[in-house]
Amino acid sequence: MSLAARNVRTSLSLLVILYVSVLLAGFLTPYAPTEQNRDMPFAPPTRLHFAEATGRVHLRPFVYRLASDPRSFGEYSEDRRTMYPIRLLVRGAPYRIAGIFESNIHLFGFNERYGRDLFSRLLYGGQISLAAGLLAASLALGLGVVVGGLAGFYGGWLDETFMRFAELFLALPWLYLLLAVRTGLPLHIDPAQAFLLLVVVLGLVGWARPARLIRGIVLSGKLREHVLAARAFGASDVYLLRRQVLPQAAGVALTQLAVLIPQYILAEVTLSFFGLGVGEPVPSWGNMLAAAQQYEVLTSYWWMFLPAIALSTVSLLYYVLANALHQQMMVLSS
Amino acid sequence: MRYLCRRLGHGLLVLAGVSVLSFVFTALAPGDFLSEMKLDPRIAPETVAALRVRYGLDQPLPLKYLHWLESVRRGDLGFSFAYNSPVASLLWPRARNTLLLTVPATTLAWLIAVPLGAWSASQRGRWGDRLCAGATTALLGVPELVLGLMLLLLAVRTRYFPVGGMVSARFAELGPWGKLEDLAFHLFLPASALILLNLPVLVRHVRASLIEVLAAPFVQAARARGVGWRRLLFRDALRAAANPLLSLLGLSIAALLSASLVVEAIMSWPGLGPLLLEAIAARDLHLVIGAVLCSTLLLLAGNFVADALLYLADPRLRADQA
Repeated sequence: MSLAARNVRTSLSLLVILYVSVLLAGFLTPYAPTEQNRDMPFAPPTRLHFAEATGRVHLRPFVYRLASDPRSFGEYSEDRRTMYPIRLLVRGAPYRIAGIFESNIHLFGFNERYGRDLFSRLLYGGQISLAAGLLAASLALGLGVVVGGLAGFYGGWLDETFMRFAELFLALPWLYLLLAVRTGLPLHIDPAQAFLLLVVVLGLVGWARPARLIRGIVLSGKLREHVLAARAFGASDVYLLRRQVLPQAAGVALTQLAVLIPQYILAEVTLSFFGLGVGEPVPSWGNMLAAAQQYEVLTSYWWMFLPAIALSTVSLLYYVLANALHQQMMVLSS
Repeated sequence: MRYLCRRLGHGLLVLAGVSVLSFVFTALAPGDFLSEMKLDPRIAPETVAALRVRYGLDQPLPLKYLHWLESVRRGDLGFSFAYNSPVASLLWPRARNTLLLTVPATTLAWLIAVPLGAWSASQRGRWGDRLCAGATTALLGVPELVLGLMLLLLAVRTRYFPVGGMVSARFAELGPWGKLEDLAFHLFLPASALILLNLPVLVRHVRASLIEVLAAPFVQAARARGVGWRRLLFRDALRAAANPLLSLLGLSIAALLSASLVVEAIMSWPGLGPLLLEAIAARDLHLVIGAVLCSTLLLLAGNFVADALLYLADPRLRADQA
């Protein structure tokens, strides 16, 4: 197997693992993303122990309860008197499925500004961010295929109009364009609505680039001999476009998807970071990162950067995937 | 010359198109700056209505657009309610600050990327090239938001660099040299964020286009005649690769401005980005349009510079018209 093919397989399987764990957030996390423990803002991640202070070693990992220091805000120490072994598949708090539930203490600790479990929020936030990326990219690509297909296939004034329009969209720096479109929507909306609107806005903003690419392929693809033969047999335009011409663009479309998805995940994160996307209390990687801008977080609470690490991992994996897919296409087409 | 004129005319058309487009988008917005005022019990509804008429907010969209065009002719670019001043006077200092950040950052990024990419190309397949490829891939995976936050973290933890802003509080008291030093000091973090964001893309392109050129027959002929490798690489090959690289300069400006928006906002650099975000939050629609247009203008200007450089560098473009 070539290096590119191996890269496709590795990045794709890692991405699938990530998506599945985010999808199963309810099962994997100990808490609901909005559940609060008001006594413990910014508590550090709970440490896993295997050995007690006396030297006794346990096979089953355990944790100590964190006790907040009454004298200073945001300082915690471990209460070593009782240990809490971690049990798997315990019937947990209000979840549909029994979660992995560590007695009454959590793996990652209550460690966010409002005392919510960061690990739970990370996975639930991933649901929003990853789903937004996936849906918006599909929408943009769908629009791009329709517009590019029509423009390339029929040519003439239709092509002219669509492509001039696409040029306008491409003439703007993309984030400025996104924000301009975002201005057209109400500022304060509830999270579910915000999510849908965000997907639509991202999809509307991003159609131009895939449309241009698809148009190029259709333009040359409609002159291939099998297409001309089908046309000579009296095939309808719809049939020609759907069955003969557009399938030639499948490879490019797939690669575009791998390029667009991380871009849109990032767009959602950026908008939510600036308070223009999905808002509290629903977690998204963007609004979680917004907290990381505060001075006290920057100085003392490194774990608030976990969403950034998750985000970088996803975009790196997608980058490797897109690159490898592109190389595969080159091999196939040559 | 005809080539450059055509590009210029095309740019103006795009600018006009973008202005209509952003007008339509912002017109979709529910409410404007005055609708917040309506909620204020201290302001009489008649006053708000009078303001509405005075600023032409009660008119249909095409008329509004004409009014706006009229103010563009006056050089105002519309009126900002939040700042109570013409938009243009707000935009220019901000645009200058954005340029102050992006121009040095781009220049430096190219100055680093060209030798690095050339070196990587000449080391093709060896460990230096692999190291370079690995590093650029890793950097490409880091989104601008994350990189900005990381550098901010670095600044806060080490305390070597200022955490935000463009100048110190005592800026006005400094001499000309001190002012420059202070500015450079504040510029360091946001500029390095932009450089690190730009670098991987540039290095990869420089490497790829040089590898293509190095495979050309003229390179082999030159080598056979005993031309030194370094001279060949940096003088001849680089010149032959100028066309794709200068095209890349034009294309990379859009990404640069987007990245700059994020970096400016995170590091509180008073450029166009933070201004646009504030304007959106305040429903200051003319300011939003102004900022978007201004970013387009910067982009087009950058593209024009790249085109002009391309025109100078590539004799084929000049020969086409003769």
